[in-house]
Amino acid sequence: MNENVNLAAKEGRKAAPVIEIRGLCTRFDKVLIHQDIDLDVEAGQMLGLVGGSGSGKTTLLREIVGLLAPSAGTLRLFGQTVLDPDPERSRAVRRRFGMLFQQGALFSAFSVFDNIAFPLRELRTIDEAMIRDLVMLKLAMVELEPRHGSLMPAELSGGMVKRVALARALSLEPELLVLDEPTAGLDPDLSESFVELIKVLQRELGFTVIMVTHDLATLAALATRLAVLADHRIVACGAAAEVLAVDHPFVRNFFASWRAAPTPRQEAK
Amino acid sequence: MSVARIETLERADSTLLQLSGDWTLATMPRPISALEHRLRTLALDDPAWDLRSIARMDSAGGVLLWRAWGRQWPSSLLISPSHRLLIERVEAMPVHRSRDSGKDRLLAFVVVGRMVLGAAAHLAGMVALIGQLVLDLLHIFRHPGDMPWREFSANLYKSGTQALPVTALIGFLIGVVLSYLSALQLSTFGADVYIVNLLGISIVRELGPVLVAVLVAGRSGSAMTAQIGVMRVTEEIDALATMGVSRSLRLVLPKVLALAVVMPLLVVWCSGAGIIGGMVAANLQMDLSYGFFVDTLPKVVPVSNLWIGMGKGVAFGFLIALIACHFGLRVKPNTESLSSQTTSSVVTSITVAILVDAIAAVLTRSIGLPI
Repeated sequence: MNENVNLAAKEGRKAAPVIEIRGLCTRFDKVLIHQDIDLDVEAGQMLGLVGGSGSGKTTLLREIVGLLAPSAGTLRLFGQTVLDPDPERSRAVRRRFGMLFQQGALFSAFSVFDNIAFPLRELRTIDEAMIRDLVMLKLAMVELEPRHGSLMPAELSGGMVKRVALARALSLEPELLVLDEPTAGLDPDLSESFVELIKVLQRELGFTVIMVTHDLATLAALATRLAVLADHRIVACGAAAEVLAVDHPFVRNFFASWRAAPTPRQEAK
Repeated sequence: MSVARIETLERADSTLLQLSGDWTLATMPRPISALEHRLRTLALDDPAWDLRSIARMDSAGGVLLWRAWGRQWPSSLLISPSHRLLIERVEAMPVHRSRDSGKDRLLAFVVVGRMVLGAAAHLAGMVALIGQLVLDLLHIFRHPGDMPWREFSANLYKSGTQALPVTALIGFLIGVVLSYLSALQLSTFGADVYIVNLLGISIVRELGPVLVAVLVAGRSGSAMTAQIGVMRVTEEIDALATMGVSRSLRLVLPKVLALAVVMPLLVVWCSGAGIIGGMVAANLQMDLSYGFFVDTLPKVVPVSNLWIGMGKGVAFGFLIALIACHFGLRVKPNTESLSSQTTSSVVTSITVAILVDAIAAVLTRSIGLPI
């Protein structure tokens, strides 16, 4: 963890937080989803975003990665807006983060190899031989074997889909990894090893993580900070202990079993 | 962020390469292959490497260096422990071997063989599907309550009612065009009145059924294949099966029956529109009165032509729905397969419809034609 924070400190030169949200509001027609949300994620942090179903967690995540425009407020990644009207700048920001979708969202027409190679090929500056090496490296990183590269997504098990999707999300060496329900649909064993994998990679590569999850075990293992979304706003944000101390019905309910669960990782200092 | 830099220091006995800056995918100068080439050339005379002043390195940087070194450690290397770890990971990486296919001489045979086997598999699948339909029909005779009336009626509406405007428009326009072109030819012989015979026989007997077949194959056939295909992708068909609902009874049978019922009606509708189009064009171009046209039509076009047209409609509807369902059920859970099966479904149903039309033309050559 210390190494991680050092890395973060080194990158901290720019001082701009990785994610900076100010006064964000979201409305679908007349339905209010978010109201006045402020949120900062600093480099090297692993933020777990929790909230009841329908509280707009995934919506917020989609706004962060620029799939959805907020109704009001500003949202900056690395100090820049994702929805920049200039396509070149917008693409430059988008290349700095990787997203792991809940169902993997692998391109079903491509093999595993081509799925991971796709973002690299899109750069159009790397030759095929180097792409091959990079893809093999990414496969090894997520603990898959070279022979898995020729499989099609339809032939993969749920756990492998997640691993391949993670390898694809990491293929551009992102500084920010966005995880939408990283362990949904995995059995506890697989889920634990996948979380462990993310943790190891994060330690090694030093990226920032923001994730949405319902799974307390995942949160306990990964998140260094928690943000709780309820009543259209963020009702609590901070290290696990601080969040637990907040008196809010959702926080009480959600974390009811937390106190019995293994001690959450505290924010590294 | 700083860019990747290389400095060469010439010393008495050797060269020292000092690398500094950020060696990451985002910061390495483009194109990266040029950078790799440069490093590779520099690495040729085995210089000493000093990588200690590299600020950041990611796996792309590691792979680049490893490749430049010819996949081995240089003899003299100064590097920070974390970067050494990174490159050790690259070293441990398995090398990708591309599969080579050495069967080029036999390729033509393999391709033809696959096509034949594929066609045989399709044929077997179709026969199985028809067999299943017969079993389902027997089942329904014994348990009439199991007939999926709702799906049947929904399919009637989707493939029939909603197709009325487009079939009428196409039929009308074809009628106009056919009448106009024929009128030009007929008037040179002074045989203007025969326009009624020509239009009547050709539209009622041939054009109506074939036009509707092509339209319905494109409209409803593709929709059926895509619908069943997506239901396979999203495991909805498996869900049906686990609830004990037969997929052929609930999905295939109502589609096939509905299309077989609705197609002959569409054929009549489209032929009617075609005749009206031809009548209007004949009236405008040759001053043939509507009354004369309507009076003459039943006299010169025996009603058996209408039955032939409708009979073809039933056959086409049955075949189009059957082929659409067959291809839909063969969709594999990926987007590529969905698109290729939908294409095959439409192409096959149009081809089969026209093939059947040709066979029908031979079989019915002595019926309904004035000799």
